[in-house]
Amino acid sequence: MKKFLAFTMAAALTLSLAACGGGSGSGSSATSGSDASSSGTSTASGAAFKLGGTGPLTGSASIYGLAAQRGAQIAVDEINAQGGDIQFELKYEDDVNDPEKAVNAYNALKSWGMQISLGSVTTQPGIATSSYNFADSIFALTPSASSPDVISGKDNVYQMCFSDPNQGTASAKYISEQKLGEKVFIIWKSDDNYSTGIKDKFVAEAETLGLNVVGNATFTTDSATDFTVQLNQAKQAGADLLFLPIYYDAASLILTQANAMGYAPKFFGVDGMDGILTVDGFDTSLAEGVMLLTPFNADAQDEATQNFVKAYQDKYGETPIQFAADAYDCVYAYKQALETAGCTPDMSASELNEKLKATFPTITFNGLTGDGAGITWDATGAVSKSPKGMVIQNGAYVGMD
Amino acid sequence: MDFLTLMDYLIRGLSLGSIYAIIALGYTMVYGIAKMLNFAHGDVIMVGAYACFFTMSGMSPMFEAGSVSAMVVPALAGVVLSMVVCTVLGVVIEGLAYKPLRQAPSLAVLITAIGVSYFLQNAALLLWSSSPKYFTPIVGSGQLRVGPLSISYVTLVAIVACVIIMVCLTMFTGKTKMGKAMRAVSEDKGAAQLMGINVNRTISMTFAIGSALAAIAGVLLCSAYPTLTPTTGSMPGIKAFTAAVFGGIGSIPGALLGGLLLGIIEIFASAYISTQLSTAVVFGVLIVVLLVKPAGLLGKTVREKV
Repeated sequence: MKKFLAFTMAAALTLSLAACGGGSGSGSSATSGSDASSSGTSTASGAAFKLGGTGPLTGSASIYGLAAQRGAQIAVDEINAQGGDIQFELKYEDDVNDPEKAVNAYNALKSWGMQISLGSVTTQPGIATSSYNFADSIFALTPSASSPDVISGKDNVYQMCFSDPNQGTASAKYISEQKLGEKVFIIWKSDDNYSTGIKDKFVAEAETLGLNVVGNATFTTDSATDFTVQLNQAKQAGADLLFLPIYYDAASLILTQANAMGYAPKFFGVDGMDGILTVDGFDTSLAEGVMLLTPFNADAQDEATQNFVKAYQDKYGETPIQFAADAYDCVYAYKQALETAGCTPDMSASELNEKLKATFPTITFNGLTGDGAGITWDATGAVSKSPKGMVIQNGAYVGMD
Repeated sequence: MDFLTLMDYLIRGLSLGSIYAIIALGYTMVYGIAKMLNFAHGDVIMVGAYACFFTMSGMSPMFEAGSVSAMVVPALAGVVLSMVVCTVLGVVIEGLAYKPLRQAPSLAVLITAIGVSYFLQNAALLLWSSSPKYFTPIVGSGQLRVGPLSISYVTLVAIVACVIIMVCLTMFTGKTKMGKAMRAVSEDKGAAQLMGINVNRTISMTFAIGSALAAIAGVLLCSAYPTLTPTTGSMPGIKAFTAAVFGGIGSIPGALLGGLLLGIIEIFASAYISTQLSTAVVFGVLIVVLLVKPAGLLGKTVREKV
């Protein structure tokens, strides 16, 4: 028995050592990889602010990480090409949407000399890295980690995206103001923080506004195939508007099955619905009339958006999603804040941290996301901007107002 | 709840259950003969669905839209090609990953199967990225209407396919020489070898059949629930494994029965108990059944395991 125990301990020790070795090994290879890819584009003339971020560049959430990295890269390239006082050197490390790997990635960026941070792209890694940002006094502005847990209690972590609960509140207000539905039914995903957070706030706000929520039904990752029961319940409750605070992959199934049932209420989604038109082979006529609240619209006619979309398409061959626009805005917001505060690249991370903490709540930033009124932040790091109501017509987003 | 709604839910349950059943048939086939749980089965399904998706989307521009050949030829080619791809894949996996472990303890094989499953998922992520593809149903998205009820063509095809496959498998293992060899191998590998049966070839053959079934399952799964991602196969795979255990693993009719029951219980549980608890109810029923009948529903009564 003793021998067996000793053996197990030895094995466990070897394994843990191997795991450490593996971790640092993959970290360094990722570093050299992104070095190679970014060296040609983002090295600035002379001194530049070292800007770092983590995101899922591989794995199942890689569409979000890659979009953010690419959006930020375009902004950095544009700024560096203009050759002003503010120059950036951008580096993204892969976190595979895993909080532990995100901390490794964060540490790699720290030893690279990161002065300001783009936080993490997704929520779970964002919660992990933001506490390090706080402890190390490295300022962070995350493009898209949307949980309130990312910023709460950390005075130097800011968000470019809406927090999840705000999307719920904003959706309820929008539906009620525009009188889109009399009876609302919610289908939400109970094993997903994002979905649960939005739904809870939506229900609370609907109550204060007198919006009639006739029921709700859930699904989980395990049961995300058949939605006929949920749709039937909505139909029997007489709902004329279905609120879907979920991601577009499940939403595409819901639209298909509702169509097969001959049930045609209005569908209203949030930013997770963004992307439904990009699903390969999806019959976009099923999404006709679907409404969603999203801060970014790739079909918007303003010049800034069109230039960004064109640059993105030329470089990466696809239409940017909201995550790319958020990251693009992050870099420009940094530029504005650094200029306002009079920062220079020779300052240390903690000096920049103090300056940016004082500056961010005072600036009004105009970017791709948010409307003409501009984007502002309060001292907790939460963003304030107006979401845009979009409706899908002829296979494209069209502004609702 | 009125009778019509009940019938409607029953049809939904059958539709979901027939997909589980068709996956479970592949699981049970491989388990019954090779005595190993091939956890990569769900991911072979995913590969089959991708093969069919790419064949269909590649071929459909070649035909006039709306013509009969445009509806039939790409779908047929997709199914056949995905069966070929999966059969080859299944045999290759068996040869590379499982054959060297023939004498190893079954735990090692099980872990290897989990490894293969993750390998396939991540290879698919690398090749086809995580963004979902929308699968065009092979038999059209139409519905057969019987009075106020409607049943989709995919469901009909899935149920018919299940029954045909079940009958064919039962006949194959019962009547043909290869099938008899399979049963012999499943009962006693050593004795079978002494009788002149090539054990390795028999097991490879089992994998070939199991993987071809996986291809059919993949195509039907994605025809019924059309969002295709690299993890599409894993959850239905696990549910189907549950269904196979439910019906009695190793028993071919048991897999069909288990799959159908699992689908019906899942839909009824979410309709009449709670959408939040549906999965819990399904597995609760499984636990009760296994407590009462540890070998599964048909595990004991069917003495002759494949």
